[in-house]
Amino acid sequence: MIAPDRQPMLQAEGLAKRFGGIVATDNLALSVAAGELHAVIGPNGAGKTTLIAQLSGQLRPDSGRIRFAGDDIIALPPYKRSRLGLARSFQITSLFLDLSVLDNVALAVQAHAGHSFHFWRNARLDSALRQPARAALERAGLLNRADWPAASLSHGEHRLLELAMALAGKPRMLLLDEPMAGLGPEESARMVGMLRALKSELTILLVEHDMEAVFALADRITVLVYGRVIATGRPDEIRANAQVREAYLGEADKEGAVHV
Amino acid sequence: MSGAFTARNVATAALIAGLVLLPVYSQVFGDRFILTLFTRIVILALAAVSLNLILGFGGMMSFGHAAYLGIGGYAVGMLAHEGIYSGFIQWPVALLASALFALVIGALSLRTRGVYFIMITLAFAQMAYYLVSGLARYGGDDGLTIYKRSQFIEPLNLSNKVQFYYVCLAILFGAIYLIWRLTNSRFGMAVQGARSNEARMRAIGFPTYRYRLVCFVIAGTLGGLAGALLANHADFISPATMYWTRSGDLIIMVVLGGMATPFGPLIGAVALLVLEEVLSGITEYWQIILGPLLLLVVLFARGGIDGLLSLLGAKVATKVNPKVGS
Repeated sequence: MIAPDRQPMLQAEGLAKRFGGIVATDNLALSVAAGELHAVIGPNGAGKTTLIAQLSGQLRPDSGRIRFAGDDIIALPPYKRSRLGLARSFQITSLFLDLSVLDNVALAVQAHAGHSFHFWRNARLDSALRQPARAALERAGLLNRADWPAASLSHGEHRLLELAMALAGKPRMLLLDEPMAGLGPEESARMVGMLRALKSELTILLVEHDMEAVFALADRITVLVYGRVIATGRPDEIRANAQVREAYLGEADKEGAVHV
Repeated sequence: MSGAFTARNVATAALIAGLVLLPVYSQVFGDRFILTLFTRIVILALAAVSLNLILGFGGMMSFGHAAYLGIGGYAVGMLAHEGIYSGFIQWPVALLASALFALVIGALSLRTRGVYFIMITLAFAQMAYYLVSGLARYGGDDGLTIYKRSQFIEPLNLSNKVQFYYVCLAILFGAIYLIWRLTNSRFGMAVQGARSNEARMRAIGFPTYRYRLVCFVIAGTLGGLAGALLANHADFISPATMYWTRSGDLIIMVVLGGMATPFGPLIGAVALLVLEEVLSGITEYWQIILGPLLLLVVLFARGGIDGLLSLLGAKVATKVNPKVGS
């Protein structure tokens, strides 16, 4: 589906991050082609969230380079990366709980609409903010909740709202940190359906524990162990990879995690 | 379901009508005192409304808002003492001095959060209190009598009690409208986002400190305007105006009436000061009654009186049409 010669949307080279004696990211190279859904998997503590934090700018790597759509972004803070079109959703839901669902997404739109020193016009009637926000909610399947307080939504809906907020800035690429975490089977299926619909329009880097979802969605998969890439390839290649099976053996025996 | 005739809207409209018609009542029944009382209430409501902008909408628990009453008041008092009576000079000076004070306090205190923010705003307000207490030229502890109210162009005459009342009321309604516009603007959404989840606001690219600081300065400036009115009303200004208990009173008005609502602080100011007036007529120990009443509101009506009225409206609507409530 993805032409191999496409220009990479996101490219990391020689990325390294240490916390004291612990090597969280070890000379890591990663290339995500434009338009692909690229999953990153690995056992607990493999450094997946640390990787996302470095790509999105929350963490500064000790060394290495990150290019996004051709630009070197290593020195940019998170919100500037987000303005370039690299959006992230958070593993731990972080919403404006006392505001309405629509207000939440409209704030995310407003973040991309220049400064907010506009004191007079009613922002809640401003179609430049409300329309993109409604569109993002519709894609997340939350339009019927638009006027509810965010606090009244279920956990699964919170995750979808997170996604809608990430979409609100019309990003070119999404970094998704465990969007299925804590979801029930029905909600997971809803999230998978939504990501499938999104992947035709966006480049997505997906960190996820739910192997069923990963193998159903990913064009390519990168496997991390101890901050190091041990394999990258199509889902069938990864499934057949001896090293991956070995790395996952402990977990595979316990929960059948990789037998998909 | 949110028709115009909810309990909350009716009560608010009645309050506004009552305030507008109060001078008529006062003239007809010759009740001069009620006009004086309500002029004071309207002025303190203006201070509460301005505090609500940072406390309710901005989530900034300032414990020093009475400082602006003092600064605005002393700007008028000191200039009058030096023989400058023009309101066109006095009031802009009052506003500018308050804005400047808010800018300095805000720039320092908004770097802190929670208890530290409360303590720093309190400390600055107390510093201002002790500073004016030490100004011997302007009466020090004893305060300063103002022999002539701010002069504007004829026929506007602030010494006329009815005129002065309407000036205060117009400014109050203007401020409520201004804050309603502000809080619904992009700026207001940014400030409320920062109250709700500041870390997230920063993550998505809002420089929250700037928005909060501008909000803090606007609130302080409006507080200074209330101070200029208060000094004119009392024909007197003293350090007691900016004592920390007065800041506490303003917080009580906001919480009692309903935080982050356009009319809540006005409702709270009227409720608190009328209650104070009535209860202190009954007993010397009126605070023993007022205290538990406040406690009840805080415990059982989180949205204050305004929230209680909305709740009442919802209950009535459910009774009339059971489908509506849920």
